[in-house]
Amino acid sequence: MSPTSPTGTRPPMPSTNAPEPRNRGTTVVALPPHVNPVEPTNPPEVCIRCRSLNSWYGDLQALHSVGLDIPKNRVSAFIGPSGCGKSTLLRWFNRMNDTIPSARAEGEITLDGRDLLDPRCDVVDLRRRVGMVFQKPNPFPKSIFDNVAFGPRLHRRYSRLDLESLVEQSLRRAAIWDEVKDRLDQSALGLSGGQQQRLCIARAIAIGPEVLLMDEPCSALDPRSTAAIEDLIRNLRDQYTIVIVTHNMQQAARVSDRTAFFYNGALIESNETDLIFTNPAHRETEDYVSGRFG
Amino acid sequence: MPTASPQPENQTLAELCGRGRPRSVILRLFQEGTVRGLLVGCAMFSILITTLIIGILAYETARFLQDVSVVDFLTGLEWNPLLGADRHFGIWPLIVGTLLVTLVAAVFALPIGLVTAIFLSEYAPPWLRAILKPILEVLAGIPTVVYGFFALIVITPALQGLGRLVTGENTFGAYSAGAAGIAVGIMILPIVTSLSEDAIRAVPKGLRDGAFALGSTKFDTSVKVVVPAALSGIMASYLLAITRAVGETMIVALAAGGLAQMTVLPWEQVQTMTAYMVQIFLGDAPATGVEYKSSFAVAGVLFLMTFLLTFAGYRILLRFREEYE
Repeated sequence: MSPTSPTGTRPPMPSTNAPEPRNRGTTVVALPPHVNPVEPTNPPEVCIRCRSLNSWYGDLQALHSVGLDIPKNRVSAFIGPSGCGKSTLLRWFNRMNDTIPSARAEGEITLDGRDLLDPRCDVVDLRRRVGMVFQKPNPFPKSIFDNVAFGPRLHRRYSRLDLESLVEQSLRRAAIWDEVKDRLDQSALGLSGGQQQRLCIARAIAIGPEVLLMDEPCSALDPRSTAAIEDLIRNLRDQYTIVIVTHNMQQAARVSDRTAFFYNGALIESNETDLIFTNPAHRETEDYVSGRFG
Repeated sequence: MPTASPQPENQTLAELCGRGRPRSVILRLFQEGTVRGLLVGCAMFSILITTLIIGILAYETARFLQDVSVVDFLTGLEWNPLLGADRHFGIWPLIVGTLLVTLVAAVFALPIGLVTAIFLSEYAPPWLRAILKPILEVLAGIPTVVYGFFALIVITPALQGLGRLVTGENTFGAYSAGAAGIAVGIMILPIVTSLSEDAIRAVPKGLRDGAFALGSTKFDTSVKVVVPAALSGIMASYLLAITRAVGETMIVALAAGGLAQMTVLPWEQVQTMTAYMVQIFLGDAPATGVEYKSSFAVAGVLFLMTFLLTFAGYRILLRFREEYE
């Protein structure tokens, strides 16, 4: 078996320590569809399952044949350079890409066995089960209480008393209750950026989702607020399946159980976070996590 | 291939920088002074004209108030300036007539304008928006006299037919506050739609995403998040549109009638403040008569009303812009 075929494509999944010529770095642009490494023994229950997923924005292909399992009640991190498709994949998990007219996808994404890309899939119900936190904190220009109560009011009718305890529990779970309990009727826009982001997490969990998608949730925050959010993510993991997209490799190392590395729209490698950072199977992963590019 | 400069590759950058002829300092200062003077002059011109208009209004109003007491003018309920023996200069019939036409226009245009704006911004596919927006702009460019004709030959007969159908009698006459009000409403519709749509589109996409991600439908998102977030901008568009309706002249002069009466019934004819001024200046009222001077006093009151509305509208608009900086 030759290390590289004449066309520059990769041989199918060589052993992890197969040496490769260093000068390969310039040819990684056209990576072939990639096969996942073998799951470790005794794998945790799978929450979201993704097979040969291709996605396009108009004519531009953003994802190439991605296959990935998101384990239940774990934190999964997506890392990779800008434009590598990690946010695109995340936004298919709750069909947020529906808001972009040119976006389309082929392949298979299932949540507990249910096909998310099926046109008959009830998007409202899906989003009730799969919450999302965005890069820039986006509280509604309403009171703190109304922000958290927004989702519950959409989906069910609550008595005032139930709604109040639901809001309180959500804010407590998002570790922001003590800071806002005396100003629930004040505008959420008066909170600091870090508080706004935790409020958005409280808002997301108030409708009882199973999965929380976080799209670079700390990139607009200062280090202190970032630390607070990371603490929160670790605390939420027992109850929620969390998928976090991040540009910050230290953050991925700190908060996640599993890490998936994306490059040019392809999933290069997905494994236990420790292994990705200490013993990556692929040259691109190693170059990226050691800061040589990206 | 330029060959003008010899041996360009041998010259240093510093040498090249120093080659040009220096610009004259005197000339530069003179240019700057002239331009500044021109700009200040142009800016002053509009301020001067505005001051002049307000001054003339105030002067003529003061002369009018020598003949008619302020109390009679501002509290009187009868407006009868032309019949020599029994003149009355109470402005309320004109104000009520103006407000009635404005009310009809607002009831017609504000809801339709807002719904259209929501549709254009949130629901319409890009190609439909590309068709509808220019049509609205065209609507905004039609001279108001055309709307006046439209009121007389389309809206009035339609209302007359409707009135007969409902009551069995001829409720609507040839002139009515209702017909004029609807025509004014059509005229201000593009203003409401365009400004409201600007306000709605200015709501950050992140808020829509946040609402959708919680499982909102498009309607939930529009009604519970986007419109409340754009509310001050929408209110500003309403105020500015109402200001236009209050000051509208041609439509009401053609279609509202000429009888200044205290009424809230849209099938009656009314005279608005603007229509009265048209009547005076187009008729042959002598420049010394009380009725001539009265039109300045009416104009003064109208100016105050529209000024306050415009001022409030821009203040709200300003606050709205600050919210999303």
